[in-house]
Amino acid sequence: MYENQTVARRSAESALATNKVLRNTYALLSMTLLFSAITAAASMSLMLGPGTYLLSVGGAFLLIWLVLPRTANTSAGIGVVFAITGLLGFSLGPILNQYLALSNGSEIIMTALGGTGVIFLGLSGYALTTRRDFSFLGGMLFVGLVVILIAAIANIFLAIPAMSLAISAVVILLFSGFILYDTSRIINGGQTNYIMATVSLYLNIFNIFIHLLNILGALGGNNR
Amino acid sequence: MDSMWIKIGSAVLLGAMLIYIWPRAKYMLKESPKAGKGDWGSVLLPIAMVVLFVLLLISMVR
Repeated sequence: MYENQTVARRSAESALATNKVLRNTYALLSMTLLFSAITAAASMSLMLGPGTYLLSVGGAFLLIWLVLPRTANTSAGIGVVFAITGLLGFSLGPILNQYLALSNGSEIIMTALGGTGVIFLGLSGYALTTRRDFSFLGGMLFVGLVVILIAAIANIFLAIPAMSLAISAVVILLFSGFILYDTSRIINGGQTNYIMATVSLYLNIFNIFIHLLNILGALGGNNR
Repeated sequence: MDSMWIKIGSAVLLGAMLIYIWPRAKYMLKESPKAGKGDWGSVLLPIAMVVLFVLLLISMVR
């Protein structure tokens, strides 16, 4: 009897902790998305060159690799998350300006933005309602990421448009899988740090948006 | 010339990502739990929905 009560209490405590991580993750994710929209708007108005993308993304990844692991368990980690997402938002400025130069550029950007939102909310909602454990996807997703990185490096120099589209299509599917994987890790207690969870989900959204923009721009963009 | 430097910089950045991810990918491939009955079906359904949705978005901007 006593053992049953203890097990029930532990299970309730675990569910509460999971809900807290989930709530904090979505709250921080919403704030960082808003913040990166502001930095993207600032970068667009400054009309910076294409090197901005490389420098901002490089800076953000240095923070992810070197600073975030050391600060993720402290309050300073929140500042680091805003710095990372701010830089990634800032990197979008020159890309968005290129799309706005197309006659239907604003339509393409809004479609990619709305599409990314629907994909994220749909997949997160699916993982939350089914409460399935998608941890078995981990190996395949990371190997897929390695393969796509090698293909992307090759296509920087090969510059084959069809390959760029194929890479974007695979990246969208891969990061859709990562949304399921990351959300299920939060639900099933595999990820208990909301700062790390926020960065993972933000990167999924960022990559889906960039590559959806690439596909929509290539297949539906009209030059002025 | 500028574009060549951007290409080299992009390749270096992606290469660094690859080096960073490589050990994790190896670990995940080894340690990830195996899929159970019905697990793949539960992934293929939402992924198929994403594919259809992206095709819809493409038809909207064409």
